[in-house]
Amino acid sequence: MASVDTTTNAGQLLAAASGGRRRLGDRVFSRTAVLAAVTILLLLAGVAIFLLSEGYPALTASASELPEGKSFIDYVAPLAFGTVLAATLAALVAVPLAVAAALFITHVAPPRIALTLGYLVDLLAAIPSIIYGLWGIFVLGPKMVPVMKWLEAKLGFIPIFEGPASVTGRTMLVAGLVLAVMILPIVSAVAREAFAQSPRRLQEGAQALGATRWEMIRMTVLPFGKSSVISGAMLGLGRALGETMAVTIILSVSGAVSFNLISQANPSTIAANIALDFPESSGLAINALIATGLVLFAITLVTNMGARWIIARQEGE
Amino acid sequence: MSNESKGSLMSSSRWLVVIAFAVTLALGVAACGSSSDSDTSGSSSAGGGEVSGEIAGAGSTAQQAAQEAWIAEFENANSGATISYDPVGSGGGREQFLSGGVAYAGSDAALSTEEGELEKAEKRCAPGELIEVPDYISPIAIIYNLPGVEELKLSPETLAKIFAQEIDSWNDPAIAKDNQGVDLPDTRITPVNRSDESGTTENFTEYLSEVVPSVWKFEVSGDWPVKGGEAASGTSGVVEAVSAGEGTIGYADASQAGELSSAQVKVGSEWAEPTPEAAAKVLEESPLDEELSTGKYVFAYKLNRKTESEGTYPIVLTSYLIACTKYGSASEAEAVKAYAEYVISPEGQELAAEQAGSAPLSSALTKKVTPAVAAIEAG
Amino acid sequence: MESSAQSPSAFGASSSSRLLASGLGARRRTVNVVMTALIAGAFVLAMIPLFSLVFEVAKRGIPGLSVEFFTEDARGVVGGGGASHAIMGTLVITGVAAVISVPIGIMAAIYLNEYGTGRLRRALTFFVDVMTGIPSIVAGLFAYALFEIFFGPGIRLGVMGSAALSVLMIPIVIRSAEEVLKIVPNHLREASYALGTPKWKTITKIVLPTAFAGLVTGVMIAIARIVGETAPLLVTTGVVDSMNTDPFDGRMQNLAVYAYNEYRSPGVMKQAAYDKAWAAALTLIAIVMILNVAARLVYRRYKTEIR
Repeated sequence: MASVDTTTNAGQLLAAASGGRRRLGDRVFSRTAVLAAVTILLLLAGVAIFLLSEGYPALTASASELPEGKSFIDYVAPLAFGTVLAATLAALVAVPLAVAAALFITHVAPPRIALTLGYLVDLLAAIPSIIYGLWGIFVLGPKMVPVMKWLEAKLGFIPIFEGPASVTGRTMLVAGLVLAVMILPIVSAVAREAFAQSPRRLQEGAQALGATRWEMIRMTVLPFGKSSVISGAMLGLGRALGETMAVTIILSVSGAVSFNLISQANPSTIAANIALDFPESSGLAINALIATGLVLFAITLVTNMGARWIIARQEGE
Repeated sequence: MSNESKGSLMSSSRWLVVIAFAVTLALGVAACGSSSDSDTSGSSSAGGGEVSGEIAGAGSTAQQAAQEAWIAEFENANSGATISYDPVGSGGGREQFLSGGVAYAGSDAALSTEEGELEKAEKRCAPGELIEVPDYISPIAIIYNLPGVEELKLSPETLAKIFAQEIDSWNDPAIAKDNQGVDLPDTRITPVNRSDESGTTENFTEYLSEVVPSVWKFEVSGDWPVKGGEAASGTSGVVEAVSAGEGTIGYADASQAGELSSAQVKVGSEWAEPTPEAAAKVLEESPLDEELSTGKYVFAYKLNRKTESEGTYPIVLTSYLIACTKYGSASEAEAVKAYAEYVISPEGQELAAEQAGSAPLSSALTKKVTPAVAAIEAG
Repeated sequence: MESSAQSPSAFGASSSSRLLASGLGARRRTVNVVMTALIAGAFVLAMIPLFSLVFEVAKRGIPGLSVEFFTEDARGVVGGGGASHAIMGTLVITGVAAVISVPIGIMAAIYLNEYGTGRLRRALTFFVDVMTGIPSIVAGLFAYALFEIFFGPGIRLGVMGSAALSVLMIPIVIRSAEEVLKIVPNHLREASYALGTPKWKTITKIVLPTAFAGLVTGVMIAIARIVGETAPLLVTTGVVDSMNTDPFDGRMQNLAVYAYNEYRSPGVMKQAAYDKAWAAALTLIAIVMILNVAARLVYRRYKTEIR
C-alpha cells in the first residue's frame, strides 16, 4: 500500500513538503515490521534445526545404545500407536458431542442465552491441562471402574473391551475420554461458526415448506457445515495428538501395542513418554526423546495441514 | 462522526490501561538481579552455620521424605543456602550426576560397573575423588489393599509368583497355605510396579532373584521386567495406585506407605515385619561389595539378602549419597560439604528416622564414612 | 402457493414433494422431538465435565488455601509452607514470555496486514499456521536444546520456560492481532493518507488505537492460554522450594509444575501435599478465568464503534 498518492498535484505537493524526515520514519517502521516477520521465520527455522540436530544422533544410533535396547523405529512405533489411538478415541467421542452442542447453541437454544452458552463451552478450553490430568485420575478414573467392569462382563468378546478391567481406572479409555473433553470446545467453536453462517434463505425455505426443525437442520445446516466440521475435527485431533499432561498423569504404562482400552497395560503416547522419561534421562536417551518429539511434530503437522486444506477448499467453493 | 465519546483516540483512560498492563508485565521482570532469597520467618540459626550458595541434587524417590526433612533443617540453619532435590528416581539421579547436571545424587543402588557407570562417575569427579556413602536405610514394604484381610503372610516363593503374574487370584492355594485360617476373597490380584527406573525396583528384584531364583528368573534391574501390571511413577505413585484399587499389591519404601497394610515376609522360620531395626540388622550382617567399592571414599554394600537370622527383614534398601571431593566453584563445594556432613551426622540421621522412619546409621558405620565427606575440599 | 412453486435447488424434487405429501405426521413429529432431545442431551452431557471439573477443583483445593499459601514459599518446611514462590514464578515466567511475544507478535501482524506482499507474506502466513500446531512439549524441548548448547546439560533457568512459552504464544498473538487489524476499516487509513500523514504515523496513531481494545483482549487471551502450560516448563525450569525472582539465575518454580510435583511426590505428609496441589490448580483456574473475563470487559469498555 502506498503512503501518499503522488499521482495528483496535491499529493506531489504533500510528498515534497515533508520530505526526508517522513521517509526516514516510514523506512524505520516498515523495516521493523519486516524484521519482526523475518525473526519469526528464523525462530521457526531455529526450532526445526535445533530439534533435528539434537534428534539426529538417535536416528543414526544402533539399537544397543538406545533406551530399551531397541532400534529407534521399534522404540517410537508403540508410542506413535498409543498417540494415535488415544487421539482417535478422543475425536470419536468429542466430534458428535461437539456438533450436537453447536447445533443446540445455534438452532435450538433461545437466542438470548446462546451467547452465554457459547462462553460456557469455550470455558472448557481455558482450563489448564494439568487440571484435566488430576481430574481424570482422582475423579473420572474411579468413577469409570464399575463401568469398565461392566464392559468387560457384557462386551468382553470385543477386543477393545477384552480387559481384565483395571481396578484403578488408569486406562486408555479414561485418557481418551479426558482428551475428548479437552478438544470438545475446539471442535464446537468451529462447528458453531459454520452453523451460524448457514444460509438463512435455505433454512427459512425449508421451514416454509413445512420441515420440522430437525429436518431443516438435517437438510440445510449439516450439509453446509460438513467440511467445516471435518476440519474442526482434525484441529481437535491435532490438539489431542500433542496433549501431554493429562495422559502423563492418568495412564498406567506397562504394555505394548494393543487395542484393549480398559486394562492396566497400555502403550504410552509420545508426549507422555517424553514428560515421564525426560527428568531421568541424559545423553543419547535425551536425543532419542527429542527425536520422538520430531515424529510427533510431523504427525500433528500433517493433521493440521489437512484441516487447513479442507477449510481452504470450503472457502473456495 | 465516528468517535463521539472521546476527544482523541488515545484518551487518558486508555493510556491508563496501557500503563497498567506494562507495569504488571514489568513487575514480573523487574526483579532481575535480585538473587534467590528466603522468606522464612522465625528460623533460628542453630550453630550459626552460615553456608550460602545454591546446589541441586536428584535421585531416589525412596529417599525423598528424608531429603525433604534434611533440606528443611539445613536451610533453616543456613539462611543463605538453597538446596533442591528432584525425586526423579535413582536411575535419573545417577544420570544427572554423571552428566554434571546436579551436584549430588541419591541412589538406592550403588553405581555399577555395567555400562561403565562407576568409571564415568570417577571421571566426572576428576581431578577429585568419587564419594559414595550410605545415608538412608529403610525396609521396602509389600503394601496391599484387600478389604477384610488385616494380616497377610507371604513366603518368598509366593511373593515371587504373585509379582511374576503366575498367581492371579487372592484365594490361590499358595497364598492360602501361607495364611492358614484366613478367609481370602476371590478377587483378582493386580500387581503394581514402578514405571520409572528405580533403585527400589532394583533392590526388590535383587531379593527375589537371590532368594527364589527358581521362580524369579528375570534379570536384576532398575526397570521392572514384567509387562502387564499396573505401572505407576515414583514411590508415591505406587502407594497411590495400591490405595486406589481393590486387590492391588505393590512394593514401596516403607516411609511413604502411610495407612496401607504391609505383608509379613518369611525369613527362615519367622514371619518378619518391615521395621527399621530389622532393616538395619541386615546391613550389619552385610560386607562391602569389593567390586563396586574401588575408590577411597566409595562404600558400596552387598546386602545379605539370604540371611535367615532372627529379627532381620531382608527386603531392604540401602540408599547412597553420591558426591565428589572437588567441585568447580568454591561455594558449591562448601554447600555440598556442609549438607553432606549434616546428612550423615547423628542429628541428621535421627531426624530422618523421626520423619521418614528410616534406620539411623550405626555409630560404627558413621565413623567409617565421616572421613569420606570430610574430604570434600571447600574454600 | 408453495405446492406449485419450484423447489429450491438444495432439496431436489423428491424430498420437497415428500414433505408436502406427508404433511406433519406423527412420525416426523416424533423424530423431531427425539432428535431435539438428543441434541439438548448432548449439550448437557458436554457441560457435565465442566461443572464437575470446577466443582472438584474447588472442593479439593479450598482446604489447601490459606494466607500461608499465598505469602510463604516452601523453603525450610516439610509438608507445610506455601506456594508464594510458585505464584511469583508463574508471574515472572509468563511476564517475560509476554514481553518477548507481544511486541514481536504485534509487529508481525502489522507486517502481515499493512505492509506484506509477495513471498515473505505468504511464507509467514503459512508458517504461523505451522507454529500454532507445535505440541507444547516440543516447544519445551526446543528451549532446552537451545540453552543446552550454550550452557551445558542440566541447565535450568526461568527464562528457558519463557522462551518455550513464547514459541507457543507468538502465533496466538499474531493470529488475533491480525484479525483485529483487519477489522479496522480502510477508509480511516485513506483519510489519514489524504491528509499527508506518513504511513507509520497512520499505523501508530490511527490504526493501533482503533484496534486497541481488540489487541489488549487478544494478548490477555493468549496469556490465559499459556499460563497453565505444564509440559514445556517440566523440561526447562526445574524444581525448587525457594523464592526466586531472577529468570536468568537458577531454577524457578511455577504453579503448574508445582501442582504436578505436589501430586507426584507428596512425601510423608501426603494429604497436605495433595491439598496444595489442588489449591495451586484452583489458583491457576482463577487466574485464567479472571484474565478471560477481564479481556471481555476491556473489549466492551474500550472498543471503538466505527460506522
